[in-house]
This record gives sequence, C-alpha cells and structure tokens, in this order.
Amino acid sequence: MSRRALLAKIGLVLNIVAAAVLATPVVGYLLSPILRGDRGQYKRWVPLGGLEAFPEGQTRLATFQNPLSGASDGDTDHIPCWVRRIQGEQFQVFAINCAHLGCPVRWFAQSGLFMCPCHGGAYYEDGSRASGPPPRGLFQYAYRIEDGRLLIDAGQLPTLSTTAKLNEGQDGCRG
Amino acid sequence: MSRLKAIGRWFGDRLQIGGAIRDVAEHRVPARSASWWYVFGSAALTIFALQIFTGVLLAFIYVPSAAEAWNSLQYLNHDVTLGWFLRAMHGWGSNFMIAVVLIHMCQVILFGAYKFPRELTWILGVFLLLMALAMAFTGQVLRFDQDAYWGLGIGASIVGRVPLVGKPLLWLLLGGPIIAGATLSRFFALHVFVIPGLLIAFVSLHLLLVLKLGINEWPMPGRAVHRATYLQEYHELTRKDGIPFVPQAVWKDMFFSAAIIVCVMACAAVFGPFGPSGYPDPTIIQTVPKPDFFFRWIYAMLALLPPALETPLLLVGPVIAIGFLILLPFLSGEGEKSWKRRPISVVTLLLVAVAFGTFTRLAAYSPWSPVMDGWSADPVPVEYLQGRSPLERQGSLVFQVKQCRNCHSIGGAGGLRGPALDRVATRMTHDQLVHQAIQGGGNMPAYGKNLNPAEVAALVSFLETLRPPNQLPARNAAAATAR
Repeated sequence: MSRRALLAKIGLVLNIVAAAVLATPVVGYLLSPILRGDRGQYKRWVPLGGLEAFPEGQTRLATFQNPLSGASDGDTDHIPCWVRRIQGEQFQVFAINCAHLGCPVRWFAQSGLFMCPCHGGAYYEDGSRASGPPPRGLFQYAYRIEDGRLLIDAGQLPTLSTTAKLNEGQDGCRG
Repeated sequence: MSRLKAIGRWFGDRLQIGGAIRDVAEHRVPARSASWWYVFGSAALTIFALQIFTGVLLAFIYVPSAAEAWNSLQYLNHDVTLGWFLRAMHGWGSNFMIAVVLIHMCQVILFGAYKFPRELTWILGVFLLLMALAMAFTGQVLRFDQDAYWGLGIGASIVGRVPLVGKPLLWLLLGGPIIAGATLSRFFALHVFVIPGLLIAFVSLHLLLVLKLGINEWPMPGRAVHRATYLQEYHELTRKDGIPFVPQAVWKDMFFSAAIIVCVMACAAVFGPFGPSGYPDPTIIQTVPKPDFFFRWIYAMLALLPPALETPLLLVGPVIAIGFLILLPFLSGEGEKSWKRRPISVVTLLLVAVAFGTFTRLAAYSPWSPVMDGWSADPVPVEYLQGRSPLERQGSLVFQVKQCRNCHSIGGAGGLRGPALDRVATRMTHDQLVHQAIQGGGNMPAYGKNLNPAEVAALVSFLETLRPPNQLPARNAAAATAR
C-alpha cells in the first residue's frame, strides 16, 4: 500500500471515530424524553381541589396542571379527569382518555354512562367497559386525601402501555 | 440578441451542464407513452414544488409552539393579507398531492410499470407514498387545533399498544409524557426538515431511475416481459418508434400540471383554508375529533374492527401491507403488462378502492358513534305521542332523559349506534324489551342500575307502541304453547 492510500484510510478511520463520538450526545439528546421519564421526572401527586367540590354520589369533571410543563405548552398541560365520589373518602378518578384510542369521554349522569365521541366506546359509572371497542375499563389515577384535598398521582398520557399505578384489569361485566 | 447569446455562452462555458440538460430533454421515449395516462408523475412533482413554495411562505408567519400555533393560524386566516389563501393552497395542495399520487400508483399497477427492470423505481415510489402520507399527518398536527390534539391522542394510543417498548416509543413520539409543546416542536421538525429532506432525496432518485431506465412503454396484450430480452426490446422500441421527450411528449405533462395548479387555486379560493377548529385546550371536552379526509378510512376501520383483532391488525397490518407493496415487483416481475391480461391485479385494485371508498364514506357520518346531543336536541315525533296513555308518554320522557336517543333513532333522528326503534315492537316482546333495557347485551350497556322499576315499566310501555298501525306486535310463540 502506498503512503497516500494508507493516509487516506487512516483519515477515513479518524472520521468514523469522530462520528461515533459525536453520535453519543446526539443519541442521548434524541432519547431525552425516555431518559427523563426513567428518572421518575414525569409523575407527581397533584391536587384536584377540596373535597367539598365533589358531592357524594356524583361524578364531576376536574382539571389539573400537568406536573411537568413548560412555557411552550400553552394550555395543553391543563388536563381534565372525571372524579367520582362514591361516599365519604371513597373515590374513583378516571382519566379523560378512552381506553380504546384516547378520545375524551363524556359523562352522562342521567344514564350513568361515559360515552366516547370517536369510535363509540361506553363505560359504566364505575369505569368498567359497557360496550364498544375499548379493550378494558377507563384508566384510573391513584388518589389520596391530604388536608381535606384530593390528590392524584398524575403526569403521563394513559395508554395501554403507560397505565402505571392505574388500576389494572378493570373489565367489569359485559352485558 | 447576440449579447444575450454571449451571456448564455459565458455561463454555459463555466457551468458545463448544457449537454446534460440537452440529453435529458431529448432522450427518446416510446411514442405511445406520450399519453395522457402518463402525466400523473409529473403532476405530483409539480404539486410537491408548490407545497414547498407555499410551505416556506407559511413558515414566515407560523409559530411552532403549542402556546402560539393556533393563534398564529388565526392571524394568518384573518390578518395577514391573503394569508387565508396561502393556507388554503397548502391544505388543498396536500389533498391533491395524495389524490394524484394514488392515481399515479394505480396507473403504474394497471400498466405493469413496476415490473423488470423498474423494481427499484416502484419501491422508491412506495416510500414516497408513505412519506406523502406522513406529510399529511404531520401537517394536520401543525394545524394545532382540537382535531390535531385528539388525533395525536389516537396516534399515541396506537403506539401505546406496542408490546414491551410501547412506553418508551410513546414518550419518544410525544417528546415527553403528554401531548404538549415538545410534541408540536418535533412534529414541526419532521414536517419541515426531516421528511421534506428525505422526499427531495427520494424524488430525485425516483426521477433519475425514470430517466436511466426509460419510461414504461404502452403495455400491449401478449407482449410479455422477460428478463433476458426486455432491455433489448425496449431499446429497439425507442429507436424505431421513439420520439424526443421535449417537445413531443412534454407538452401533455405541462398542460396537466398547469391544470392541476389552477384546480388547487380554484379549490383554495372557493372552499378556503382548513380550520383551525377549536382551541387546543384538552379541558374543552365538548369535541368530536375527526381526522382529515385521507385518514378517514383508518378512523372507520378502528371503529369497526373486532376489539380482539384490533391490536394485532394495527401493529401487523401495516407491516404486511407495506411488505407486500415492496415485494410486488419481485412476486410478479415478469410476464404480461397489459391490464387486459391481468384480471387479478385489476380486481384486487378495484376491491381495495371500493373498500377505502366505503370506509371513507362511513366515516363521514360515523354511525358507530353515539350522537352526544341526540337526547336533548331531537324531540320525540308528535305522532308517537298522540293518543297515547299517560304511562306511555312518561315512557317517552324516560327514553329521552336516559339518553337512549344518543344511540337509537326514532323518526329518523338520533344515533345510529343501535338499531332504529320505530318498529321495535314488531320484533321484540314485552319481556324481551324489559330484559334488553335492564341487562343490555349485543353491545348495548345494561341500564339496570340506572332505571327504577317504574321507569322500566314506562319505558317499555312506550317502546311497545312503536310499530306501524297495521302490523301486529311481536309475540312469544312458545308462551302460548306452554299455556
């Protein structure tokens, strides 16, 4: 091999090494949403308001500020959820997102059903699946009561693979 | 004039591309390929250029921030001079793009143009189609309104169904744990830099291959493709029966491209821009999100698939479909090109087109969704109340108040989720009606907990009046025998 051909090959190898070194921070940068989440930065206990806002036996819409939010989020970090106060300190807090494909379910007090506007999913008042395409009941947030306030463990969009700390296996009776 | 020529020569001497341009312009194409059937590829290229042009202009005003995007679109629509028109051009250009690309693809299939030696041209085309669809979806996201927000929610929920890596994939897609500012930023980067960059590269390769391999000849029944002899035959054809691309073939492309631009402008001027719909605040849940036209068929399929099949089909279906498209030129790379000798291709194409058309049509009125205001918006028809007993009339109230109307229509108004109930008494007996209301079944929720016995009695007595005057009510034949 001539000297110049050898130098060209070394030059090529040097560039490959440089590219590999450069790739490390680039990959880290691109994977940031995953790495941050793995460090537990996404979920927090967030307050939904005083207990008096939720009369017993009723289901009401509550909203909260997502624990992780920034200036460019606009109003998208205002997240709604359905709070059902069964009695006393017994609650169920449902995610707004249909378990089928995430559309916002609406509560119909008269018929005691949650209905989804997208693909026709319906749920009973306890969140269990009533009919339609959802593969399970509504996602539920873990809750606790502190100083007369209702808190939920929130922070991520619930889907079939991000239901962490939400009650699993709520399939209810199928009519 | 001689001065102009001198300037032209000055540039020509330095750039040295005159020869290459002349070669491209004058390359010979089969005379019969200079047909109106062969104008869709160049039309897609024209629309692509138009999309880049209008897209860059929109970027002068658009703010890719979840806090500002919606407002900047309102500003474009209402304050910027002709901003609405540019938005409309870009939106309608996108629809025309998908339409023209699909027609182009159908033509290529019907004319057997994907066969040897144009396999790679076809595969690049498949990727171009996918990228065009990706541009349409990301573009819909940039129109950051309620449809975009909940459309992202649907995309996110699909990704969330991926086993094992669903969660990290979801976070990667959204740029965080929820749909928010980071989500819009990354879709902006995809829509404006990443996918267009890939598109330019792939379009260039696609075009290069068309030039290098020659445009597909007009398919003749009986003239089959053989790997051993095709190149020789094609060469003979262009030599004997060929014409220079410019000007003998190109004028049709130019006419059609101009017509397409005029059509996009006409649609933009007459129908205006798309949205934005409601403000993207997830706490406003009074919304019925719907995707843009070319994704409606997916929306319909998602509602109609059996739940158990949904995840496998969502995740495996696209892989199979894309895999099939990529493998197509290897599965049938030789043989007849003419649609007259390829009935299976023609029938398959028709079947797919009819299926897509049907799903798209269904999505226009989404019969699977409850009508959210059916119970409060549509009154019970007067003729269903006249001459009825107080109990039956009370039943009609229960029928309305318990939102039965959201899923069941009477008098032609109400939801289409469940069957229309105008004749329900002719097919269900008293006992069956009670059972159905209380226990549900057949995809109907059970209302046992939300109807007291008096309400059930009233409701069922009303339902029993729902039959045409001269038809008998349903009766239980077994009961009579038992007695």
